[in-house]
Amino acid sequence: MPLPTLTRPTPSARNPTPTEQAPVKIDVAHLSFYYGAKLALSDISMQIGANLVTAFIGPSGCGKSTFLRTLNRMNDIIPGARIEGRVQINGRDAYGADVDVVALRRQVGMVFQRSNPFPKSIFENIAYGIRINHLAKSSADMRDMVEKSLRNAALWDEVKDRLHDSALALSGGQQQRLCIARALAIEPDVLLMDEPASALDPIATQRIEELIYQLKKQYTIVIVTHNMQQAARISDVTAFFWLGRLVEVGRTDAIFTSPSEKLTEDYVTGRFG
Amino acid sequence: MRSSEAGFRIGTGLFGAVLVLIVVGIGFELWRQSMLSIAKFGLNFWATSTWDPVAGQFGALPFIWGTLYSSLLALLIATPIALGIAVFISELCPAALQQPLVFLTELLAAIPSIVYGLWGIFVLVPAVRALETWTPPSLKQVPLFSGPPFGIGMLAAALILAVMVIPFISSVAREVLRTVPSAQREAAYALGATRFEAIRAALFYARTGIVGAVMLGFGRALGETMAVTMVIGNSPRVSLSLFAPQYTMASVIANEFTEAADPLYVNALVEIGLVLFVITLAINVLSRLLIWGMANANRRPIAPATDEAKAAA
Amino acid sequence: MNRVARRKFLSQLFVAFCALSVLLALVPLAFILFYLVSRGIQALNVSFFTQMPRPVGESGGGMANAIVGTLILVGIGAIAGVPVGIMSGVYMSEYAGSRFAALIRFAADTLNGVPSIVVGMFAYAVAVLPFKQFSALAGGLALAIMMIPIMARTTEELLLLVPSTMREGALALGATRARAVFTVVLPAALPGVITGVMLALARIAGETAPLLFTSFNNQFFSTKLTQPISSLTVQLYTYAISPYEDWHRQAWAGALTLVTLVLLCSVLARLATRRLERMHVR
Repeated sequence: MPLPTLTRPTPSARNPTPTEQAPVKIDVAHLSFYYGAKLALSDISMQIGANLVTAFIGPSGCGKSTFLRTLNRMNDIIPGARIEGRVQINGRDAYGADVDVVALRRQVGMVFQRSNPFPKSIFENIAYGIRINHLAKSSADMRDMVEKSLRNAALWDEVKDRLHDSALALSGGQQQRLCIARALAIEPDVLLMDEPASALDPIATQRIEELIYQLKKQYTIVIVTHNMQQAARISDVTAFFWLGRLVEVGRTDAIFTSPSEKLTEDYVTGRFG
Repeated sequence: MRSSEAGFRIGTGLFGAVLVLIVVGIGFELWRQSMLSIAKFGLNFWATSTWDPVAGQFGALPFIWGTLYSSLLALLIATPIALGIAVFISELCPAALQQPLVFLTELLAAIPSIVYGLWGIFVLVPAVRALETWTPPSLKQVPLFSGPPFGIGMLAAALILAVMVIPFISSVAREVLRTVPSAQREAAYALGATRFEAIRAALFYARTGIVGAVMLGFGRALGETMAVTMVIGNSPRVSLSLFAPQYTMASVIANEFTEAADPLYVNALVEIGLVLFVITLAINVLSRLLIWGMANANRRPIAPATDEAKAAA
Repeated sequence: MNRVARRKFLSQLFVAFCALSVLLALVPLAFILFYLVSRGIQALNVSFFTQMPRPVGESGGGMANAIVGTLILVGIGAIAGVPVGIMSGVYMSEYAGSRFAALIRFAADTLNGVPSIVVGMFAYAVAVLPFKQFSALAGGLALAIMMIPIMARTTEELLLLVPSTMREGALALGATRARAVFTVVLPAALPGVITGVMLALARIAGETAPLLFTSFNNQFFSTKLTQPISSLTVQLYTYAISPYEDWHRQAWAGALTLVTLVLLCSVLARLATRRLERMHVR
């Protein structure tokens, strides 16, 4: 008996951005990634357009988070990690011998699945990145930059009176927006988000999604999500991964309404995963 | 980036190297400073009982005897009590009592050895002397209880060692018991076990770790110096009697090291220290292997950040 | 008695035994504290804290030099031992899988188990023999050697408890490994580390054996680091084994002071942890 067809998530009308004209921010060519001897990603090639939201979707363990982490070289800290292929950011090889990883990570920021504010005050959390990258010229400059990041993350109004309270006293949704503000403070080009709302309630999730929609005007955003409806709501481009391979990538509305690969169709209609 | 990471690794690694070097250094220095004695007496050192610094005759048998006797006796007394405490705190006592009891056992452990010794001289020894005076003559025939009632002697030493070692064994045993999965006890209760039987099951599951805890206590007792020195009598003789003043390896070093004038005397003392070092090292290694082995069987490794890394691990 | 009743009886016996063990252990504790307080208080007076020991035969005098000496020795031990211990702990937690970390861990556990008198002998060979002189520095060295493994293992375990996402968060902002560890991870573990330091200090303050042939003893007031120095523990020992009643009384007073110092340190450590943890609002 055939499985019942579930409703496909409908892409929101908010994403009519023509993706064909977007300049290429990140160019990945034949990327394979190994943990020691084990192959985790195989032969991935795709381009991530500037000022677009690109979503990575796929079942657990399919490699989407690993791929995300290759874009800011977070996998470097895992012993035995090794890549083949090429990742170019703004036209420059991210894994080149002369590349300063610290500078790369300033350019490509990251927000994690579980919010991880430092056990410091709200102000100090934002100031940390600014300080270590020597971005503020004076303490007045610092205060302005902290305020700007908090405004960009839609958190300023809620915390402006308690900047020196512990960041850990904030709610889960606020902590995650704080982490986004912290990442924005160092003025990256690209923002990588690894399932940023998966640990949050629906209302907090909605606020994060609205924030992402606002942020894409200034930043290039790549978001990993296991929530297909979320991908359909907020992304311009969607990439579907399965078992370490990139199965299909394209405009979000196309992926969800008329995917070219059967595997993709099965996944987005809920037949598996 | 690579170079700053290298700097960090080398920098902190150097401090770790200092630690390792200290341990190696201890072994090396002890060996170096005892060569004269090792060369002159060889293994006979540990078979002879004559300790005569004036004549240059050094036999360390009484010391190793005294050390082993006092420590084993202390273990005999301390182990059941320590395990009883560990079981009581971790399995039996009401939650409100747990913190205070843990605090009290830690208090016992925090009292410095010298204070135990002081109490030993002025309170315990007179009590033991009274006990010894009261032993019936019939019992006095037994070698274990023979000899004049000095008060100072093996019994006092073993008692004070036992008190000092109890909190140590108890806290390690408690840690070991914590790693026993609660499923073990629950299975026992589900089969209708009494409290004793369920706890016995947990203890059996944790047996390697418990043995490790006891051995750690043994190692501690072997190296204990001040309290023992003050109550054991410091008389080099090999005697079965609990009432007899005897001598331990740590005590002879503490008492005679600063007075040892000629090199051979010093070397002999250092050789005793070397053997003490080796014995405690061996016991510590063995006991930690036992404890780690047990804990690792239950513990899950820290999960890597992504599912894939976890799968690859 | 049928089977079940017998099993139940055994169980109750066992529970009684365990409760009894607790009492058995608490009895000596009560005894010691009782004697400490009752005999110690008798001899405690202002002069105990302000005067030097008087020669044999003269009554009175105090342990001022011994108290100061202990503070100095513990200070040296801390200055030398805490950084080495903490840094070793950092290496062991950051590179936890490596062979060298395993070696350090093994060395730390070994050093923890070395009898303190053996540590004293080593310090003698290294810091007294070459200079033909007992000194406070040698005593401090012996105490430092005892502090290092405690601090190393404590720091390691505390750092491993800090969630790795904290380090990753710092790295993702462009911090170097060193910066991430020292400005985020270590501060996150700080309450525990401070407790560890204070507990270790309390422990070495009570040590006697390693000081017997390193810092030796000094009847006079001295703060010179290259000279022998008095300490509460060694002085206590000297008085306790002497035949003089007066010195015995002072020994009790000294013991009371020592135990109070040690307890204060431990209690303060735990209070400080709780206060700091509340600030972190976990």
